[in-house]
Amino acid sequence: MSESSIAHVPHPNLPPPSNSIGAIGWVRHNLLSSPLNIALTLLAIWLLYLIIPPILRWAIIDATWSGDNREACHPGGACWVFIQVHFGQFMYGFYPDGQRWRVDLTALLLIFGAAPLFMHAVSNRLKVRLGLGLLVIYPVIAFFLLKGGSFGLPVVETSQWGGLLLTLVIAGVGMTAALPLGILLALGRRSRLPAIQTLCVTFIEFWRGVPLITVLFMSSVMLPLFLPAGMNFDKLLRALIGVTLFQSAYMAEVVRGGLQAIPKGQVEAAAALGLGYWKTMGLIVLPQALKLVIPGIVNTFIALFKDTSLVLIIGLFDLMNMVHNATTNPDWLGFSTEGYVFAAAVYWLFCFNMSHFSQKLEKRLHTGHKR
Amino acid sequence: MSESSPSSAQKPLSDQVMITLESVHKWYGQFHVLKDINLTVQKGERIVICGPSGSGKSTTIRCINRLEEYQRGRITVDGHELNNDVKQIERIRREVGMVFQHFNLFPHLTVLENCVLAPIWVRKQPRKQAEEAAMHYLQRVKIPEQAHKYPGQLSGGQQQRVAIARSLCMSPKIMLFDEPTSALDPEMIKEVLETMVTLAEDGMTMLCVTHEMGFAKTVAHRVIFMDGGEIIEQNTPEEFFTHPRSDRTKLFLSQILHH
Repeated sequence: MSESSIAHVPHPNLPPPSNSIGAIGWVRHNLLSSPLNIALTLLAIWLLYLIIPPILRWAIIDATWSGDNREACHPGGACWVFIQVHFGQFMYGFYPDGQRWRVDLTALLLIFGAAPLFMHAVSNRLKVRLGLGLLVIYPVIAFFLLKGGSFGLPVVETSQWGGLLLTLVIAGVGMTAALPLGILLALGRRSRLPAIQTLCVTFIEFWRGVPLITVLFMSSVMLPLFLPAGMNFDKLLRALIGVTLFQSAYMAEVVRGGLQAIPKGQVEAAAALGLGYWKTMGLIVLPQALKLVIPGIVNTFIALFKDTSLVLIIGLFDLMNMVHNATTNPDWLGFSTEGYVFAAAVYWLFCFNMSHFSQKLEKRLHTGHKR
Repeated sequence: MSESSPSSAQKPLSDQVMITLESVHKWYGQFHVLKDINLTVQKGERIVICGPSGSGKSTTIRCINRLEEYQRGRITVDGHELNNDVKQIERIRREVGMVFQHFNLFPHLTVLENCVLAPIWVRKQPRKQAEEAAMHYLQRVKIPEQAHKYPGQLSGGQQQRVAIARSLCMSPKIMLFDEPTSALDPEMIKEVLETMVTLAEDGMTMLCVTHEMGFAKTVAHRVIFMDGGEIIEQNTPEEFFTHPRSDRTKLFLSQILHH
């Protein structure tokens, strides 16, 4: 710079106008930005006024919270005694009363076993090992605990499993089996080997083309017709296989969307370093692809969770079917609203937590390469 | 840069052959992209390949580590002939490092993890040893302090230097550079070229597709000019730039040196 150059005085940083930030700024911007918006805001407030107070009055203020038969119920409000009386059934189905501790223990084992996976202090490599270990060992332990027949535990047939227990068993098995199967199908669909590709495409298109109800009907009504007389296998197992194969087809398409979003350069760079197909997929492509499609995977999981209620049509007593069953109890006729509100609340709680967890996971795995 | 290694071009080369291409032909569908490519590269030799876009220069070097298939001819790398055997291809790729135009770092891994991935999973090195080696190479490309950052947090020039370090971690015998500076902002080209020059000074066998003629003049033993899928002419940099023989080369040089 020569001496004759003009001296530049930097402009000072000024604070933004006070009515454009904070709570006032938010309200102005989002609720009152135009006459139409003001009208819509007022309309919304009026609708909320119409809807919320009656719901609160029915569900909480005028509701009955304790008692042990329908005589305790006040008219006008919800009678949660109905739920209280049937709670055991809703959670465990027809699982024998004296054996229900086994279900609790199975649940506790999962909660404590999986807890380190959600802790920040645990290193990622340890989490992967723990997660894989849990994936292999836990189903075996859970099966022996729930089914019994060894270690002096009396056998509890799967036909006695029910309620939330059965819902969680179907959803849990469905999710943990459908994701890996879906990944393999997605990789197979993109394979360069025509035989594998055709096989995977056929599988995916077949299972995506039939409704889940049909699959469940086929598994429980038609399959026994084709099996030799006297041979029969567990109804629950058939439902599990049906749900898993059905959902894996959807999962495959979700994962394939992620695989297609990974630039070709990633595979080339891995290849140039001497990594083979499975290492390239497992270390480079899938970690990125799966992260991209977390919303899609969780979406499928949530759909799967709610679809488990369809097993009621083949006579399995999941949460939904248990609630339905209780509403037809002659002693408790007329309490179906409470029953279905309760079922909806339980389903919502699980689904909401899944979606909330997926958002946190997405944020955690973000490494700043999406700009 | 011109003063850094002017004499290295005169060093005698060993007569050990590293790469041979014998009448290699390649087609994309009906399109004949590589036409009868013949090339022999000595150990320690540094070759710059230039030419207009679409002339087949990238395709040629991508054939050497089999990122591209070719339909006719023979390629031998360090005594191993490339064929369809996957194990053989992977064996050759371990010895051939490659640096890409768009870096192709793995965005979900930190810089250090990018560097140790292949040594651990391909060379089966213990993690600690691989990490020490990686830090050594990151030091050499002058960014050891970025080791725990993610690629998305680095500038283009830094990313390309990480990519070079990542390749070096496999201790390759040959390095291929596919337009390593073409995607960089002007102020970052220099830092990458300097890294490549130090690599050249260590006697690495290098094949480099680039339009950086300054780099070619100072570092290359041989400059190859390609057009239309053929090698049009090859010569020492002095001869190539001062006495180009074919009209096509003269036209190309006049176009790129005039600004």
